[in-house]
Amino acid sequence: MGLFIAQLLTGLANAATLFLVASGLSLIFGVTRIVNFAHGSFYMLGAFVGYSLMQVLPGAIGFWAAVLLSGLIVGLVGVVVEMLVLRPVYKAPELFQLVATFGVILVIQDLALMIWGAEDLLGPRAPGLKSVVRILGEPVPKYDLALIALTPFVLFGLWYLIARTRVGVLVRAATQDREMVAALGVNQSWLFTGVFFLGAALAGLGGAIQLPKGGADLLMDFNILAAIFVVVVIGGMGSLPGAYIAAVLISVLNVFGVSYLPQSTLVLMFVVMAVVLTIRPYGLLGREEVVGEHGQVGEPERPIKPASMGARVLVSALLIALMALPLAGSHFMVILATDIIIFCLFAASLHFLLGVGGLVSFGHAAFFGGGAYVAALLVSHANTPMELAFLLAPIGAGLAALIIGWLCLRLTGVYFAMLTLALAQLLWSLVFQWDELTGGDDGLVNIWPAQWLSEANSYFYFTVIVGVGGIILLRHIAHSPFGYALRASRDSQRQAEATGIDTKRVQWMAFTVAGTLAGVAGGLFVFSKGSIFPNELEIAKSFDGLIVVFLGGVKTLSGGVVGAASLELVKDYLTRFEYWRLALGLLIIVVVVLAPRGIVGSLRLLYERIRGAAT
Amino acid sequence: MKRLKKLTMVAALSATTLAGIAFSATAADPIVIGEINHYKRMAAFAEPYKNGIELGLEQINAAGGVIGRPLEFIYRDDQGKPGEAIKIAEELVNREEVAMLTGTILSNIGLALSSFAAEKKVVYLASEPLADALVWEAGNDYTFRLRTSTYMQAAMLAEEAAKTDAVKYATIAPNYAYGKDAVAAFKKALTALRPDVEFVTEQWPALFKIDAGAEVQAIERAKPDAIYNVTFGGDLAKFVREGTTRGLFDGRNVYGLLTGEPEYLEPLADEAPEGWTVTGYPWYDFEDGANKVFVDAYIARYEENPKIGSLVGYMTAQSIAAAIDKAGSTEMEAIREAFVGLEVDTPVGTIMYRAQDHQSTMGAFVGTTALRDGGGVMVDWTYKAGADYLPTDEEVAQMRPVSK
Repeated sequence: MGLFIAQLLTGLANAATLFLVASGLSLIFGVTRIVNFAHGSFYMLGAFVGYSLMQVLPGAIGFWAAVLLSGLIVGLVGVVVEMLVLRPVYKAPELFQLVATFGVILVIQDLALMIWGAEDLLGPRAPGLKSVVRILGEPVPKYDLALIALTPFVLFGLWYLIARTRVGVLVRAATQDREMVAALGVNQSWLFTGVFFLGAALAGLGGAIQLPKGGADLLMDFNILAAIFVVVVIGGMGSLPGAYIAAVLISVLNVFGVSYLPQSTLVLMFVVMAVVLTIRPYGLLGREEVVGEHGQVGEPERPIKPASMGARVLVSALLIALMALPLAGSHFMVILATDIIIFCLFAASLHFLLGVGGLVSFGHAAFFGGGAYVAALLVSHANTPMELAFLLAPIGAGLAALIIGWLCLRLTGVYFAMLTLALAQLLWSLVFQWDELTGGDDGLVNIWPAQWLSEANSYFYFTVIVGVGGIILLRHIAHSPFGYALRASRDSQRQAEATGIDTKRVQWMAFTVAGTLAGVAGGLFVFSKGSIFPNELEIAKSFDGLIVVFLGGVKTLSGGVVGAASLELVKDYLTRFEYWRLALGLLIIVVVVLAPRGIVGSLRLLYERIRGAAT
Repeated sequence: MKRLKKLTMVAALSATTLAGIAFSATAADPIVIGEINHYKRMAAFAEPYKNGIELGLEQINAAGGVIGRPLEFIYRDDQGKPGEAIKIAEELVNREEVAMLTGTILSNIGLALSSFAAEKKVVYLASEPLADALVWEAGNDYTFRLRTSTYMQAAMLAEEAAKTDAVKYATIAPNYAYGKDAVAAFKKALTALRPDVEFVTEQWPALFKIDAGAEVQAIERAKPDAIYNVTFGGDLAKFVREGTTRGLFDGRNVYGLLTGEPEYLEPLADEAPEGWTVTGYPWYDFEDGANKVFVDAYIARYEENPKIGSLVGYMTAQSIAAAIDKAGSTEMEAIREAFVGLEVDTPVGTIMYRAQDHQSTMGAFVGTTALRDGGGVMVDWTYKAGADYLPTDEEVAQMRPVSK
């Protein structure tokens, strides 16, 4: 009994940090609809700033003052980010802002490295709360009790702010209907800035308050990211009490998971999320997302049309140049081009889902990595010839997409995205954990192509044919009757249904097609590298895809490919420098601010303006 | 005006892109070695290692270089991704025409590079990755490994553990390949020495996401006599803090793999655990000999303390120089043959790259942790030679695939 209570208390104490950080994310999303990937970075900053302040402020008062000040300082950093980076892109297509926040992550990572150095910092302990008290004979750290006592106050304070003040009324109104609030004459930008301040401050507070239980290090930002997204989704996006319940649920289950099922540490929270979303599609306390009659935010997407003669000539010329690369370029350029084409196919398949289908998936890497693993497993365990394994890779990925698509398509919008993330993560942990079959994170090695493709040049041509073929196939599908049905389902589900389109079925098929082609890319990848590791299934890989699709332009047909090719080329160049993350982050932010329609969308607009001016 | 800005932007973008493509190699007078590591993702580990290499190179080149040519390293960041590392390896081999490859801390990237090395017939010295598979199950002709492997270090701790009366053991290790290997190796070595021991609980926190309070409670619940710890970095700090606060370590023997390495012990400062039996690097206590010479030179050069990574980096440079010297050329096959059975004089003594599995015989320092001047140190340590803690040749031959 004593142990049970002690474990419960540990869980509750762990929930404190999780709740603080997640509530900030939830607030920001609720009001601004921004999926703030940089929230983990605010948390990390809070820890580093708190650490530095605690070195100079003495005693118990100093400690708590440092915690509060960290929240304040990080909140101000949030304001700067909001005003400089996000304000210019509020009108961009939905979720475009996440690219900007990704740039912020990179910048903060390198700045933190410059300021605080590479070594892990051990958090100072809270003065006066260093020891334990015995509860039913079990030791419970005093600081844990302080955290448990503190959280309800924060929750109450936030609740009061939201439920009882004028600011709160505005925030709630904006959460429900942004346009209406703006129409009523409320200055939206200051409301957004204010919410961003509060959200970032809560993350900073979370970072500072966990110092006595851990410390500050440079991996904190990504390490907490998945957990806070899970908490926000389980609780219901935008719901603070929901976030609290979810944080407690996850933390307490985790404590018992550690004791009774020690191997469960990787998957537990994703299983909980998948279960909750299956039973309650909008989280515990969330409401169904209110979307407008015609779905998308921002200017409506133009109807697609076949490429013009000029565009065809240009693309053909580029393709011929590409085919000539092995004759003119160096060996390494061929390797680099192979890498880029593979990534382009992956991005194109995600773009098909996202742009043409309007389905934002956060777990697309599952099919890329899934395809790669199917091929690798066949080669490693069944000595399958490369050609057969390569053919089976997309089929395996397609099957996975068929199943995952069926499960996820019962939800829409951000909840759909989060369920794809959860299921992708489940697949990742299966691969990560199942050593005997997959080699765990030591991966599968020696998966090289057949003799006739072992030369870099021949593999390059193989990649060009399959990869470019796949990209063209996707483009054709977009123009086919199926593509029309898919776009109709995206733009107006009701009208599409009324014309007799089974929208869910069409979307399900599109999900499967996208998964299959990601599997092709995965198959190409594994044989070009000769090995495969779970990181190709990771959240980070899915995000890489998302970034380039948005960067290229989600509302253009070629956005995915152009975004992928440009970012890979720039990365290949920049990573040669010491502070490449800072440079890349700044570059992404600049591109995002200057080209809020994505590279292709903005270039197209520029071209039309120039032509418009000429005629 | 706005339009102009956008145009300039685009122009600048394409210029950087082109510059990226046009980046070209310089004249190949020095012997160039390609080094791939996680300089950003694991900056705290990679930097001291790089410093070690640079110190080694300065000394080698001051003494006239190798076969009459200066030795040079190209350092590249792989972002912590195996796929990226392979791309960089291709570039280093084909564009920079490096004599051989070395580097990596993370085992999975080491394994990816070793597979690449075998396929493309490029020599790869795995300097820091610890995975046993590198030289055994996934071993190949072109891969050699410098650092004392997981198995060897775990066997050293098991030997110490076998001397005590403890019977009931708990293990805690990060939930990934290194953690699992480290626990498996310890269990194997300890049960061989003491068949009566029992493992009462195995804890597997997710790497860098430990829920330390819960882990401590779970171990306490199993009431072990001794604990074997494989966690490191931030996880270790949290585990030690929660464990100390809650009295988990009182009256128990604790064995910590790598816990004594400055990389992990230093950040703990005055909260470093006392009385743990650990492997590590007690640079502060060398009184004479080659170890002392290295430590002094390092501190003089960088004005900071060496880490175990610094030592490994230094020995990497020494090993490569010795191999090329022995080969007498930069022919890939000659270097590969030179590495087989190569003997190198290093700060920790003469090490040898074994012919049977290409593992070096670098050993490890085993000692007990204590507090001194507000920081954790190792006391009563001894250096254990690596050759004594490897499986028999027959076992190795069974594990290692027949080379193609």
